[in-house]
Amino acid sequence: MKHLPKIIFLLAALSLLGMFIAPIWRISLLAPQYPQQLTMYIWINQITGDEAGTLQNINILNHYVGMKEINPDSIPELVYFPKIILGMAALGLVFALINNKKFWIAWVVILSILGILGIYDFYLWLYDYGHNLSPEAAIKVPGMAYQPPLIGTKMLLNFKASSWPHWGSAFIVTAMLGAAYAVYLKGKLKKQV
Amino acid sequence: MRSTTAIFSTLLIASLFVYSGCGNGGNGSGAIGTSSAAEKVYVAPGEYDSYYEFFSGGFSGQVTVHGLPSGRLLKIIPVFSVDAETGYGFNEETKPMLMTTYGFIPWDDAHHPKLSQTNGVHDGKFLFINGNNTPRIARIDLRYFETTEIIQIPNSGGCHASPYPTQNTEYLVAATRFSVPTPQEDVPLDQESYKKNFKGTFTFITGGEEPGNMDIAFQILVPGYDYDKTHSGKGVSHGWSFFTSYNVEQANTLKEKNASQYDKDYIAAVNWKKAEEYIKQGKFHEWPSEYYHNYYDEKTQTATATKKKGVKVLIPSECPGIVYYLPTPKSPHGVDVDPTGKFIVGSGKLSADLTVHSFEKMLAAIEAENFDEVIDGIPVLNFDAIHAGTVSSGGLGPLHTEFDGRGHGYTSFFISSEVVKWSLDNFEVVDRIPAYYSIGHLSIPGGGSMKPWENGKYLIAMNKITKDRYLPTGPELAHSAQLYDISGDKMELLLDFPTMGEPHYAQGILASVIKDSQVKFYKLEENEHPHKALNENETRIERNGNEVHIYMTMIRSHFAPDNIEGIKVGDKVYFHVTNLEQDWDVPHGLAVMGARTSEILVMPGQTETLVWEPQAEGVYPFYCTDFCSALHQEMQGYVRVSPKNSNVKIKWSLDDEVHEL
Repeated sequence: MKHLPKIIFLLAALSLLGMFIAPIWRISLLAPQYPQQLTMYIWINQITGDEAGTLQNINILNHYVGMKEINPDSIPELVYFPKIILGMAALGLVFALINNKKFWIAWVVILSILGILGIYDFYLWLYDYGHNLSPEAAIKVPGMAYQPPLIGTKMLLNFKASSWPHWGSAFIVTAMLGAAYAVYLKGKLKKQV
Repeated sequence: MRSTTAIFSTLLIASLFVYSGCGNGGNGSGAIGTSSAAEKVYVAPGEYDSYYEFFSGGFSGQVTVHGLPSGRLLKIIPVFSVDAETGYGFNEETKPMLMTTYGFIPWDDAHHPKLSQTNGVHDGKFLFINGNNTPRIARIDLRYFETTEIIQIPNSGGCHASPYPTQNTEYLVAATRFSVPTPQEDVPLDQESYKKNFKGTFTFITGGEEPGNMDIAFQILVPGYDYDKTHSGKGVSHGWSFFTSYNVEQANTLKEKNASQYDKDYIAAVNWKKAEEYIKQGKFHEWPSEYYHNYYDEKTQTATATKKKGVKVLIPSECPGIVYYLPTPKSPHGVDVDPTGKFIVGSGKLSADLTVHSFEKMLAAIEAENFDEVIDGIPVLNFDAIHAGTVSSGGLGPLHTEFDGRGHGYTSFFISSEVVKWSLDNFEVVDRIPAYYSIGHLSIPGGGSMKPWENGKYLIAMNKITKDRYLPTGPELAHSAQLYDISGDKMELLLDFPTMGEPHYAQGILASVIKDSQVKFYKLEENEHPHKALNENETRIERNGNEVHIYMTMIRSHFAPDNIEGIKVGDKVYFHVTNLEQDWDVPHGLAVMGARTSEILVMPGQTETLVWEPQAEGVYPFYCTDFCSALHQEMQGYVRVSPKNSNVKIKWSLDDEVHEL
């Protein structure tokens, strides 16, 4: 019983690694010609599609309205986000061993700030893709921007764009809630003693 | 007053009959209960048919795929004839498919589509079809719905009784339709010469199970009759193949009369397992016959034509027990084996009756040597000893029988233009229904195999005469087909639809067996075409004397490169074009002004080659022929052609990227 908070905190920290086994976000494009939808998955370290050619197909559609090509190699976040997550998991491991509630609170706060910054950064990318359009685009619709919603569904010309968190996000939420619960449990045990 | 009412009611009833009976011009729809028939064939928008039905195109040389029960045309698969729509037989990749020992042949007469089998059941892997005119058998790969292999059959004068695979597709079979001097030689055409010099062959072809290795296993030299139809045994009769013959009279002229004189012709029963033993023992003659084997490799996306030489020939008089003749009345057309393999049904096309032979009785007669005579080493079995029964149909001109797996045979009657349903228990007729008009073959999906699908739900009639069935279209009419529901006690006409060419036969398969194994596009990383360009950085132009090779790509909505200079009059220009798309149903086409060939239609991930020999200087546009996108009309380019002796350098460009050789 005495070690329970520490174990929970440890598991919470390690659950961050789950972000590498599933995408954290998905964006789907639905149109009559694409009844199966074009679905793009955003991982902590890569961007994939439901088929090998999905990204190419999205880029082909996007280029008609002048959107930039989505090229995973040119997105630095896909390189340093994984490092941050690994760092946070390692830090969590150390903090679990230190077994100090204040360190744990700090960890939860840092992780929450990072999470919010991550979503804000994602929003900035979406904004940039949707608004930063080539002046030489073949199809120009006055006043139209092609920014998909952060969460939810929106019509973009003939496409219905849907953007939702995916399973990978559950791991960071688990990490935050788990660590917070460990903090609570540790405080409760101390009072009992 | 009472009589007036009676007259009015009679008139009313009569008018109802007239109304329901005259749905289409003069001839009656023939369908019972039009609204319930409509429901049975209605496939709602966006829904799928439950069957693929593969029709031979006859003199079109191709195969057409329709959906059932709607009858909708799904695809035309080019097989033996060139096809300007897809570039089949025009582009460099597929020209070798149509090579023969006679050279390149752009046409044939495609007759009998047959699906590959595993344990006597259609497995949905391949469709085989024979070319009747210049004897050949083709394979269509049902992952791609494309012709991928064609083998030529030597020592044959027309390939009609073919390809009818054995129970596990161990062999595809073929018999000569027109007996000819075998091997070929220059002989007179009189009666004496015919009897002396003309021979037939039965051919057994291996390699059907897997792509790429079709080959002639052996041929059996048989008397010079006409051989018409075939079926391989199944179940108890597995190991045997049956071929009908006519012109046992060996008439050499006016065959419509002279080949129709005898009461009986023969069904040849071939014990191919026994033949295999003789081959192993080396009891064959090696003939230096030449033939072509053409194979389209889906990896290199290119066909190669290989000339082969040498076949093993078995002669029945030297190999007892490989061929027997079963006497069968009146120039039998179809020879059909029921799903159990016990009955061999001969359709005497100049008579009213079907003759059913018993396989077990046949074996007993062979065992007892109950022979009437022996012809060229082939024993003729005693008719009464092998006869299981006769179906006295009341119709005329039976051609072909299939089965529902519920104990019934269904036979097409050409002359009386009807389908007759009969019982395999007592050989009694149980039902009949008209066909419009003069039905040739019929098809029950799976009805020639050991497992008719859904216990024989549908039957298709393929008719030779159309007349007034559809809106008139000048002198030439599409051949008609009818769909019947045969699931109940009474056959019901559901649908009438036009077909392509002259469908001789069709095979149906439950859609679920093959629809999920369809290839949607070629993966670029698996493209092994020798002239591929896998991205725009690989596009280039190479000159080798007067041969110019352009390595080009296409993607929505441009060619790379799209401006080409330095081509000269007298050059032979190869456009090797790779479609970089990786999505289903995004083909791009290429056509060049003045090119004396067809377009090419390139599937995603595929490379194809169009050859152009410009004859005059000038600027020649080229463009995408398949409406690919909103900017399809902009998908175009130019080639500058300079005089033969000009110094214009090879130069190619796209947007701001300019390259020079």
